[in-house]
Amino acid sequence: MNHNKELKVSAIKDGTVIDHIPSHYLFNVMTILGLDHTSHQVTFGFNLESKKLGTKAIIKVAGTFFKNEDINKIALVAPEAKLNIIRDYQVVEKRVVKVPDQIIGITKCMNPKCITNHEEMTTRFVVKKKKPVELKCLYCEKITDQDHLEFV
Amino acid sequence: MLMKNRSLVSINDYSRIEIQQILDLAEEFEKDPNQPLLRQYVIASLFFEPSTRTRLSFETAINRLGGRVVGFSESGSTSVSKGETLKDTILMVSNYSDLIVMRHPLEGSAQYASEVSSVPIVNAGDGAHQHPTQTLLDLYSIRKTQGKLEGLNICIVGDLKYGRTVHSLLIAMSHFKPVFHFIAPEELKIPKEYKIFLDQKGIEYHEHRELAPNIRNADIVYMTRVQRERFSDPLEYEKVKNVYILRNQMLENTKDNMRILHPLPRVNEIHQDVDSNPKAYYFTQALNGVYTRMAILVKILGIK
Repeated sequence: MNHNKELKVSAIKDGTVIDHIPSHYLFNVMTILGLDHTSHQVTFGFNLESKKLGTKAIIKVAGTFFKNEDINKIALVAPEAKLNIIRDYQVVEKRVVKVPDQIIGITKCMNPKCITNHEEMTTRFVVKKKKPVELKCLYCEKITDQDHLEFV
Repeated sequence: MLMKNRSLVSINDYSRIEIQQILDLAEEFEKDPNQPLLRQYVIASLFFEPSTRTRLSFETAINRLGGRVVGFSESGSTSVSKGETLKDTILMVSNYSDLIVMRHPLEGSAQYASEVSSVPIVNAGDGAHQHPTQTLLDLYSIRKTQGKLEGLNICIVGDLKYGRTVHSLLIAMSHFKPVFHFIAPEELKIPKEYKIFLDQKGIEYHEHRELAPNIRNADIVYMTRVQRERFSDPLEYEKVKNVYILRNQMLENTKDNMRILHPLPRVNEIHQDVDSNPKAYYFTQALNGVYTRMAILVKILGIK
């Protein structure tokens, strides 16, 4: 990674850097990972230049290491995201995200007549297609596609 | 997995063998409809939206079996109108009863109810999603009039896009190697996902636009109503609402064993002059609902 770009968001000693997030999904990613409630230091860059995505966002979370199952939840909005695990300012591991086979919570069913949009309950989907994402609701069995993803 | 204590949410919940077991038992009940097998049981009948035929048919089934019914026929007079959640209603009622029959306007409500309930749920229709007991009574009617379920030529007419009875019938009949003829206007054609399903199962199907020439080889003609409420554009509805009207004269060259089914209520898609034709079966079909639902209740309660 180019050193100048790296400095646009301050470096962290230990923690996780999540790169290649589509800019407009930055805040969804923050919410999905619970970073809006964390006590750790979080810095982010927004509308950064990206050859791949046009503009991208980057998040750096100090002192936090995510489990695969948690990080895969962001695959719905940031399938290209890459994780760098940092220890003592060095990248010690790189990870990519994978769309899981089931999505629990996170997103709403796009069917306005689905029970999940009327009761206080957790949504459940099976992933029918990974790219672009197609989710089948386990309640009403309607498909919610990438363009209609709306987050809980 | 046993049928006993298992909720019936979707027709997909039942295998070919389980479907046949239900139909066999329904046949027994048709021969002898008054059997007090549910004397010790209280069945809840929760109709969050009105449905005359389905509710009366379930309640008749319960009464014929000597069971007792508690419940309501519309949610206006219950605590649902005070804002009670479905979860709370189901938790309460599952403490009172041995089984819950539920009709609800929201899709997926039956699955959710089955997750929170401590007693089995029988889905009596959840919005446009599923109505498995209707499908089972359709199958019972088909088997009874044709003497078998295998290898039949089945014409399905009308709203094939939105009609839930059509989709469930197609899934249930797919166990029995039918040939389907789908007759629908362009706007209401059978959705692609169901064609993929049939292709995967290796089931032959044909799509047509015209009614009369395509019912001549049919064993079953399954008519459906084009529902006004499915259209966002009233002009679109006007265009298709009178496309398929089955008239007595169209039945002249059809097969002797052919029978006409309809989930009811009908509007005008079957002309009244068909009613007296011996091939008209839709009113008997509705009666078969009682025997089929008796069988479903008894199987789920594990009595037979």
